[in-house]
Amino acid sequence: MDEEYDVIVLGTGLKECILSGLLSVDGLKVLHMDRNDYYGGESTSLNLVQLWKRFRGDEKPPETLGSTKDYNVDMVPKFMMANGALVRVLIHTSVAKYLNFKAVDGSFVYNKGKIYKVPATDVEALKSTLMGLFEKRRARKLFIYVQDYDENDPKSHEGLDLNKVTTREVFAKYGLDDNTVDFIGHALALHTNDDYLDKPAIDTVKRMKLYADSLARFQGGSPYIYPQYGLGELPQGFARLSAVYGGTYMLNKPECKVEFDQNGKAYGVTSEGETAKCKKVVCDPSYLPDKVKKVGRVTRAICIMSHPITDTNNSDSVQIILPQKQLGRKSDMYVFCCSYSHNIAPEGKYIAFVSTEAETDRPEVELKPGMDLLGPVDETFFDIYDRYEPVNNSQKDSCFISTSYDATTHFESTVQDVLSMYRKITGKELDLSVDLSAASAAAEE
Amino acid sequence: MATIGNNNINAKLVLLGDMGAGKSSLVLRFVKGQFLEFQESTIGAAFFSQTLALNDATVKFEIWDTAGQERYHSLAPMYYRGAAAAIIVYDITSKDSFEKAKKWVLELQKQGNPSMVTALAGNKADLEDKRKVTLEEARAYADENGLFFMETSAKTAVNVNDIFYEIARRLPRAQPAQNPAGMVLSNTPAEQSKASACCS
Ligand SMILES: Nc1nc2c(ncn2[C@@H]2O[C@H](COP(=O)(O)OP(=O)(O)O)[C@@H](O)[C@H]2O)c(=O)[nH]1
Ligand SMILES: [Mg+2]
Repeated sequence: MDEEYDVIVLGTGLKECILSGLLSVDGLKVLHMDRNDYYGGESTSLNLVQLWKRFRGDEKPPETLGSTKDYNVDMVPKFMMANGALVRVLIHTSVAKYLNFKAVDGSFVYNKGKIYKVPATDVEALKSTLMGLFEKRRARKLFIYVQDYDENDPKSHEGLDLNKVTTREVFAKYGLDDNTVDFIGHALALHTNDDYLDKPAIDTVKRMKLYADSLARFQGGSPYIYPQYGLGELPQGFARLSAVYGGTYMLNKPECKVEFDQNGKAYGVTSEGETAKCKKVVCDPSYLPDKVKKVGRVTRAICIMSHPITDTNNSDSVQIILPQKQLGRKSDMYVFCCSYSHNIAPEGKYIAFVSTEAETDRPEVELKPGMDLLGPVDETFFDIYDRYEPVNNSQKDSCFISTSYDATTHFESTVQDVLSMYRKITGKELDLSVDLSAASAAAEE
Repeated sequence: MATIGNNNINAKLVLLGDMGAGKSSLVLRFVKGQFLEFQESTIGAAFFSQTLALNDATVKFEIWDTAGQERYHSLAPMYYRGAAAAIIVYDITSKDSFEKAKKWVLELQKQGNPSMVTALAGNKADLEDKRKVTLEEARAYADENGLFFMETSAKTAVNVNDIFYEIARRLPRAQPAQNPAGMVLSNTPAEQSKASACCS
């Protein structure tokens, strides 16, 4: 251990593993440690026995649930946008070849107590029962505008400079009502609050395009994909990438204490009496608790069920977004459901998550609108965890700390954090543009 | 998993065992016909493919090497997930490496892909004068645990091709119907994705 490294990474959560992989590929000498004896940190996947140990202490899982090893229950469940940044990172790094993915069946949005398939194209807008007859036509016009919009072709801009005009103004131009704005902003553009309405419309238009392009990619019922055997496979895949490019891996290392010189600059990490030296430290918030602040809490329910979620056309895997306004809340609520079809539960079993940014101390009450959509459940685990953000100055202390995982059930915010950390650590952008058009899928032969 | 079509079998094969037992050397010998005395791990190389033609089938092995993650006992379970075959390697001059190999056998049994073909390789068979693990001891252990066993030498090439061919012969020809196959994300042009609009 007493060697010198360019970077020591602490924690094997997804964000840390992606960074470790990217930095090793860049030729940096990386040492990656975790205090746990398993990969994934907070973003690991648990089998039934581990799940019970975590939430029920000494109790044993009932035999009716089947074999423990058939379960891979994500602790931070998220779906991946088929054309999104994470998929580009996977292809860019070739980590994609270590894993198998499958499309997610359904993408729904909650509106006035009911759920609807999220319409994302002009054709779907006309078919959708989410909007009234005239509203459909207005939404259709917006979708056509978005589909035809090309940043480099001024003709397609129809006189709007989307870098200046706000999203609110664009929606107003098409005369959309509040309900439509709600589902477009939250279930399609995946904004987590309403700030985007007063920001330049370009971001929202790009997000709508990403959704529609991702949806078109697999002709499935949703724009999302998800790895077989659960998300726990992702950090492991990136860790392998890092190792293949020379990264050193040590699990089960207690303490992992970051050492600072008299100027407050990190120079190494001590574990079991040995100090490994380094120029930079990359870690999750739990390894440097003095350099992060609490910014919120995620409240969630993990449910085991024996049926798909009601009214989702028997989807084996599905996301439902419940926009804040629909619930009279400050933050959206998310429902994630996956099953045997992605090898995360035995045949006939479904794992559902309901999650949101906590606004109270009572998950049972707060999560009710999402829970009510599920139908009967076999088992439920409630949980609240704190979210942290770094408050340090990386220039001064050479520490690069990730932000805790949020309540969203998709990866867009996660990857943005990784890309921005990569920028800070290396001083350069990760160039994913080459893979933009190439990203597609081939059937396994 | 091994997947087949027209007698073409694709099989993921993983190597397990203690650091220094000769896993990378066995792969290098099998895939490239080479042996390096002071084999340093090659940056960026931990994934090889090699096709074997048998009488009744063509087997394409996708061979995964550990990328050194075994060094501090940090091999990720996804490494052997879905493997159709595993070669557990020990060094006949090291008792320790034989004990490690037994741990890997247990781990794979626990992991439980009952159709996985598992081989035990006693490597460095050329170092007879330094032998610490007897042939009989290893064979008895292999028999007890339903493994097939060979002593190999990456250095002299003894039994190296043989062990891979024997695995190929033992791979199940007819695979049980699997949970619908997933897709592998790749850089292929978009047209191909239509074929894989799979999945439910
Ligand atoms: N004499 C002898 N040396 C070997 C043999 N196989 C590997 N080695 C040497 O053992 C060392 C470790 O081999 P390596 O393939 O890197 O082991 P790994 O850590 O299991 O991948 C290297 O110095 C090899 O040259 C063999 O069959 N005979
Ligand atoms: Mg090796």
